Amino acid sequence: MNGYDLIVVGAGIVGASCADEAAAAGLRVAIVEPGPIGGGATACAMGHLVAMDDDPAELALARHSLHRWEEFADLAEAEFSRCGTLWVARNEAEAAGIAQRVARLEASGGEAHAVDAQALYRLEPALAPGLCGGMLVPREAVVYPPRMALHLVRRARQRGAVLYAGRAARRLGRAAVTLDDGTVLAGPTLVATGCALPELLPQLPLRPRKGHLLITDRYPGLLHHQVLELGYADSAHGHAGSSVAFNVQPRPTGQILIGSSREFDVADPSVSAPMLQRMLQRAFDFMPALRGLRAIRAWTGFRPATPDGRPYLGAVPGRADLWVAAGHEGLGVTTALGSAQLMLDLLLGRTPAIDPAPYAPARALA
Amino acid sequence: MNAAGVVRLSVDGEPVAVPAGSSVAAAVARVTTRFRRSVRGEPRAPVCGMGVCFECRVRIDGVPHQRACITPARDGMQVNTDD
Repeated sequence: MNGYDLIVVGAGIVGASCADEAAAAGLRVAIVEPGPIGGGATACAMGHLVAMDDDPAELALARHSLHRWEEFADLAEAEFSRCGTLWVARNEAEAAGIAQRVARLEASGGEAHAVDAQALYRLEPALAPGLCGGMLVPREAVVYPPRMALHLVRRARQRGAVLYAGRAARRLGRAAVTLDDGTVLAGPTLVATGCALPELLPQLPLRPRKGHLLITDRYPGLLHHQVLELGYADSAHGHAGSSVAFNVQPRPTGQILIGSSREFDVADPSVSAPMLQRMLQRAFDFMPALRGLRAIRAWTGFRPATPDGRPYLGAVPGRADLWVAAGHEGLGVTTALGSAQLMLDLLLGRTPAIDPAPYAPARALA
Repeated sequence: MNAAGVVRLSVDGEPVAVPAGSSVAAAVARVTTRFRRSVRGEPRAPVCGMGVCFECRVRIDGVPHQRACITPARDGMQVNTDD
């Protein structure tokens, strides 16, 4: 009998979180994943746990998720490193916005401080001269996303979840999923397939947004915080065809992850030399010492982007027992745990921990 | 190189003399077999000797991650192992 209380399709960080949350709630869970666990956008991601404050709904989801991430602060597999986030201002105009951002982050329950230029260089001496200060968010952290996804799936399985590994969901029926080998699983279904969402739910608009990352050899002590330019949100939330932003991360090994780029309408997953060069030039402008480092590898990934930048979390309109948790764009790792809790709140009819209205999939069909 | 065909350099602060044309790896081997540490702290030393395995990386004149096996030793080099 292939009957379940919940069939989770997709085992990236979002699907894995949903499966873990459902198994913890006592549900009989199936997980369907054709590839490696956490092998899609999850494996390409930086793993920065960060609250972005420019959209109140996104901030609420991130804040709730960040609290949930604390559960894993001591888990070896998470490679959780509380490096904090340092946002840097290039000029007075960017610096002028800091007070408001600090206020919004603190109002949401976070901790943030404005730092003047002197303090900025004390925190990160390798930053280029001439910057105007910034904002330190000291409690934020980084994790290693694919290992977290694997951990969550393992924990779900320890609680009885059944993994259909190497199997793809081909068709969604009425409270049923048909797999590519003909197996039919019966039960309410939650689709968490990220960029592959249109294959199963073409009515929900979603576009892949390509990004590049590069990792260096080990240079311990050069970089201490995840450092981003304050203009990052303009790149992340703007709708330009392509953009780059300074975003660097110290890995616990001493390696440095360098990002970031964003491109719509590019299907080719290969590294684009011009885009990589543009991204690195941006990073060198903010931190010239990066230019002398040895790069080990550059790669790309695709963020699942919805038209308004918010994920789809909730019931699929007009379909009984069909749910979706997808479209987290670049914040899927940060918001996976809170997304999973919200999904289970909705599935089980509990009072949601946060207002689900901004994420309702129905908004895409209005 | 000096007139005698000998190159003099420093490895972890110790003076080392090697025949001209020697690699930095040859000079380091006079002092220590621990060229570097892995990310988990294990000692590492040259394996391939031809620039492929990257196990012989040392700091040369302040620049980290230089492959000792394919870098010719030069007079006055300051080499540091165990980075």
